[in-house]
Amino acid sequence: MTNSWTDIKNTDLVVIMGGNAAEAHPCGFKWVTEAKATRGAKLVVVDPRYTRSAAVADYYAPIRQGSDIAFLNGVINYCIQNDKVQWEYVKAFTNAAYLVKDGFGYQDGLFTGYDESKRDYNRTTWDYQIGPDGYAMVDETLQNPRCVWNLLKAHVALYTPDMVSRITGTPKDKFLKVCEMIGECASPTKTMTSMYALGWTQHSKGSQNIRTMAMLQLILGNIGVRGGGMNALRGHSNIQGLTDLGLMSNLIPGYLTLPTEREPDFPTYMASRGFKPLRPNQMSYWQNYKKFFVSFQKMMWGPAATAENNFAFEYLPKLDVPAYDVLRAFELMKQGKMNAYICQGFNPLQAFPNKAKLAEALGKLKLLVIMDPLETETARFWENHGIYNPAEPAKIQTEVIQLPTTCFAEDEGALVSSGRWLQWHWPAGSPPGEAKTDVWIMAQIHLRLKELYRKEGGAFPDALLNLQWNYKDPHEPSPEELAKEMNGYVVSDVVDPNDPTKKLLEAGKQVAGFGALRDDGSTACGCWIYSGCYTEAGNLMARRDNSDPGETGAYAKWAFSWPANRRIIYNRASADINGKPWDETRKLLWWDGARWTGYDVPDIAPTAKPQDVGPFIMNPEGVSRLFARGMMRDGPFPVHYEPFESPVANVIAPKVRGNPVARVFKDDFAQFAEVASPDFPYAATSYRLTEHFHYWTKNNHVNSVLQPEFFVEISEELAKEKGIAQGGWARVWSKRGSVFAKVYVTKRIRPMLVDGKTVHIVGIPIHWGFVGAARKGFPANQLTPFVGDANIETPEYKAFCVNIEPTTGPVA
Amino acid sequence: MFPPAPNPPIAPTPAKFGEKDLIRKSASSITPASPRQTEVAKLIDVSKCIGCKACQAACLEWNNLHEEIGTFNGSYTNPPDLTPASLTLMRFTEWVNPETDTLEWLIRKDGCMHCEDPGCLKACPAPGAIVQYSNGIVDFVHENCIGCGYCIKGCPFNIPRISKVDNKAYKCTLCSDRIAVGQWPACAKACPTQAIVFGTKDEMKNWADGRIKDLKSRGYQNAGLYDPPGVGGTHVMYVLQHANTPQIYAGLPKDPTISPVVEIWKGVTKYVGFAVIGIAAAAGVLHHLVAGPNRVSEEDEENAEKLTGSDRT
Repeated sequence: MTNSWTDIKNTDLVVIMGGNAAEAHPCGFKWVTEAKATRGAKLVVVDPRYTRSAAVADYYAPIRQGSDIAFLNGVINYCIQNDKVQWEYVKAFTNAAYLVKDGFGYQDGLFTGYDESKRDYNRTTWDYQIGPDGYAMVDETLQNPRCVWNLLKAHVALYTPDMVSRITGTPKDKFLKVCEMIGECASPTKTMTSMYALGWTQHSKGSQNIRTMAMLQLILGNIGVRGGGMNALRGHSNIQGLTDLGLMSNLIPGYLTLPTEREPDFPTYMASRGFKPLRPNQMSYWQNYKKFFVSFQKMMWGPAATAENNFAFEYLPKLDVPAYDVLRAFELMKQGKMNAYICQGFNPLQAFPNKAKLAEALGKLKLLVIMDPLETETARFWENHGIYNPAEPAKIQTEVIQLPTTCFAEDEGALVSSGRWLQWHWPAGSPPGEAKTDVWIMAQIHLRLKELYRKEGGAFPDALLNLQWNYKDPHEPSPEELAKEMNGYVVSDVVDPNDPTKKLLEAGKQVAGFGALRDDGSTACGCWIYSGCYTEAGNLMARRDNSDPGETGAYAKWAFSWPANRRIIYNRASADINGKPWDETRKLLWWDGARWTGYDVPDIAPTAKPQDVGPFIMNPEGVSRLFARGMMRDGPFPVHYEPFESPVANVIAPKVRGNPVARVFKDDFAQFAEVASPDFPYAATSYRLTEHFHYWTKNNHVNSVLQPEFFVEISEELAKEKGIAQGGWARVWSKRGSVFAKVYVTKRIRPMLVDGKTVHIVGIPIHWGFVGAARKGFPANQLTPFVGDANIETPEYKAFCVNIEPTTGPVA
Repeated sequence: MFPPAPNPPIAPTPAKFGEKDLIRKSASSITPASPRQTEVAKLIDVSKCIGCKACQAACLEWNNLHEEIGTFNGSYTNPPDLTPASLTLMRFTEWVNPETDTLEWLIRKDGCMHCEDPGCLKACPAPGAIVQYSNGIVDFVHENCIGCGYCIKGCPFNIPRISKVDNKAYKCTLCSDRIAVGQWPACAKACPTQAIVFGTKDEMKNWADGRIKDLKSRGYQNAGLYDPPGVGGTHVMYVLQHANTPQIYAGLPKDPTISPVVEIWKGVTKYVGFAVIGIAAAAGVLHHLVAGPNRVSEEDEENAEKLTGSDRT
C-alpha cells in the first residue's frame, strides 16, 4: 500500500477492481464502510462476478477476467478526452513533459525492439532524450509530439468506450458510468483509492494491470494524498514482511538485488546502481544504494566483510537466470535438476498451478523437508487419496521430513501489514507437541551445516563459515536480537570530520534510521527500509498509542511504518508545487515557508524547497512515470493482451498470443488450450471465499462448517444450456486436469458479450484438498495453467479456459 | 464510527441483571420487576453487512457449540437452516430489484429477535423455561424445558430449534451472559464492519436514523428500521435498504404477530389458572388446539406458518 488501511476512511471513492476486499479482507474492509458511512464515499466494484464487495457497492460493473488493461486504458482515454485530469499535479509531479527517444514506437500490440525467438525486447529506445547537460529533456508546454503525454494520448486513443466494451464485455453504459464516477476525482479536493489484490496480480500481465491503475491515479492526482493511493491488499498475514525481506529469489532485503553472472565483481555490480539524478536538484534516493548494500553485508558477515574484500561481495551467489521463482523451481524438479526442496510455511501442491505437474515434480525429488504448523497436501503428495490424489506411493522414492513449527499465535515478533506497519506481537499460547519456532529449526540446520563444512571442507565454505552468528543462544536467536539486526547498529565509532572529539555514531548503538547508514563498513543493517523500527529508544514496533492528532488516520505512534515511520508514501505530493495542500480539509504536509510540517514524516528533506525537489524521491527524475522507460519487461505503456487461454483472439493485436514476453516452458505451452478452443469454451477464474483462508482453515472445524464442500459457480444461462441443476454435480476440466464439484447456479454470474460472442464464466473457489476437517474436494490448481506474469512470475490463476458437463457425484 | 465494543474487564464483575429483573416467566405468574432496566438492543445494519460469517463463527465459539460439517446446497447459507447449535445464520438471497433490474445480494443475519411481546414465552407451557428480563432479553432456561416445541409455534420468526440430543429448545440468548458483565454479544464483538452494533434501544434507534438517512441519500428511498410493532417491537432490529418489503430478506415477516391461537391460550390460562391444571393437562389442551405432534415435521412447520399468518416463503 502507498497509504494505510486506516487512511481509507479519508477517501471519496473506493474502486475495488482486481480484488474482492469484503470477501478476502473483511477486517480491513471496515475502513471502506467507515468512509461510506461518515464521508458519504461511494464504492465501485468491477469484477467478473457480483461479489460480497459488490453486495455493499454503490455501483457494480461486470468485466471479463483478463481484460482489465483494456478497461483502464479506456478510463485513461476517457479522462484525457473529457479533461478529467488534475493538470497541476500531472505537470509538476509526473513525467508527462519528458521527451522520449525518437526510436521508440508501438504497433500492433508490440513495442520497438521485439525479438520473437527470445520472447523479449531490446529496450534501449524505451527512454528519455538526454540533453547536453546530462539531464532528461522536457517540454513543459506539452506541445512536443515526442513528450510522454502526447505519446500516452495516442497510445490509449484506441480504447474507445465501444472498443472497451467489445474487449471486456462490460456494457458500454456501465463502463461510462464508472468513468464518470472516477473522472470526478480529478478534482484536487476529491480522491479515489484503488484497492486491489490477486485479481490483478495473478495474470500473465499482472504487473501492468496494477501499473495502469497507478497511471490513472497519477492523472487524477491521487498518489501521496489522504484517501488516495495504490493499495495492494496482501493475501497472507506478514506476506508484506516476507516481500520486504527478499521473497523474490533475485532480491536481498529492502529491495536490493542479487548480482547476476554478468556482475562478477563489486565495481561492475555498482556501475549500474549509481542512480544519477535525471533532473537537477532531485534526491534520487537510490544514490544511497551502496550504503544500504554495504551495511547489509556487514550484518551478514561482520568482521569478514572488509573494504579490502569489497565487503564480501564474493560471498553472494550470482544469478545465471533472471530468477529462481517457484515455477522455475518446479520445472527444474520435473527435469530432475533440482533434488532437494525445503518447503517452509508453503503448500505448493495446492498453491501453484497444474497440480499434476507439481506432483510429478515432487516425486522426482530425493528430499522434501516440510516446515509447517499444519498437515499439508504437499507433505502428503505421495499418499493415495483416490481421485483426490491418485498417487502411487510404491513408485515414489522421495524422502519426506515433516518438521512441525509454531504458528503466529505461539511466537513473538513483528507482522508487517498491507499498510507497511510492523506490529509487534506476543505469544498467546504455548506450542503443541514437538513444534518448534522456525528460527530454532533454521538455527539447527545452520549450525550443523557449519560444523560439517568445518570438519569436511567443501567447494567454497567461506560464505557459510564466516556468516556472523552473534546470538546469546546460538541455537535460538531471539526475536529482539533479529529485529535489532534488521534495524541496524553502529559497528565502529564515526567521528565528526570537523570536530574529532565529537562522535557522530558510537559503536554498539542502534542506528536511529537508514539516514545514518554508511558505505565504509562502520554500520550494519539487515533491512534498510526497516531501519528505525528498533532504535536506542526501544522497540517502536511494540508501540500501542492510538492517538491521532487531527484525526488524519495516520496513528503515527501506533507500531512502526516503514520507511521512517512514514504512513503515506510520496506524501510531499499532497501539496501543490508551492507546498500548499491540495485540499485544506484533508491536509497531510505543507511548507511553512522554511520547512515541511504536518501530520506525517515527509518524504523529502524537511528543508527542501517545494519548487526544487520532486516528491517521487526513489526515481532519478523526482517525478512519477506515466512512461515506465525500460523498467518493465513488457512495455513502457500498458497494452491489452489476452490471457494465454482465452475464449477470443486479441481484438487489438490478433497475432499476439498472451503476453508476448511472458516466460513459458516448452512442455507447458503444449498444455494450453488453443485460443477460442471449442473444446474449452468457458472462461474460468479462481478465487478465495471469506469463510476460508487458503488451505489452512479447512483444518478448522468452525470454518469447515461455514463453507463445507467444494463447489463451482455458473450462471443460470449456462446451467440451462448444459442441463446442470442447482446444487447438482458437474465435472469441470481444462487441458491439464479434471475436477468434480457441486454447482452453485447463481444470478451473480452472467454471460458476457465479447467481440460479438457470448462468453460464459465458470468461477472456481480454491480452498479444498485431501487433508483437513472439511469434505475432501479438488483444488482449483488441478486446472490452472503453468505460466506467470512477465515481470515477477505470479501464476495466471485468474483467467483460463475450461469445459463443464453435468455428472453424478465422484466415486472416491 | 459507533463507539467500538469494550474489551472484557480483567477483574470479576458482578452480573448487572438476574432473577430479580424478570418481567415475564413462562407458565408462571410473577410480579414484573419494577422499575425496568434500560432496554437494550442489537442493531443489524444489513446495508453494511458483507456476509463474512464472523458472527456465526463467534456464536459457535463463545457458546461452545458443535455444528456438523454439512454439504454444499446451492447457496452460501451454511448450514442451510438454524439448528440447535447454529443459533444465528447468515441467509443469502439473490434478489433482482424489479424497479432497476439490478441484482442485489441481500445478506441477513437470522436469529432470535428478542420480541418485547415474546410469542415463544407465551406459548410455552413449562414453568420458567422461558423468561424475559426487564432489559428486554428473552432467554431459555434449559433445565425447565420439556421439549414440546410450542415455542416454535409461538414464534412469528420461526427461530427456536429442538435438539435431538437432549430434546430441549435452543435459540440465541443475546449473549445474556456477556451483556450481564457489560460486554457486547459475541456476534457484535466479532463483526468487522459494525454491521452489528449494540447498546440501549434508544441509542440503536438514533444510530439507525443516521444510517437510514445515508441510505436514502444513496437512492434507497424505502430504507428503514425493522422494529415490528405486532410483537411490541424487538430487541434485535434491522436497518433494511427496502424496509417496505422485508420478505425479500429470506422471508423476514412483513407484519409479524403472535398466533391468535397462542393469544387465546394465554387468555384461557388467565381464566383457569395454570397452577391447578398442571403441566401435563396444559400441554394436552394446547396440543389439541394446534393439532400437531411434539416432533416438528415439515407439515407442522407449514401449519405453524399458517397459524402465525406470516407471509414467509
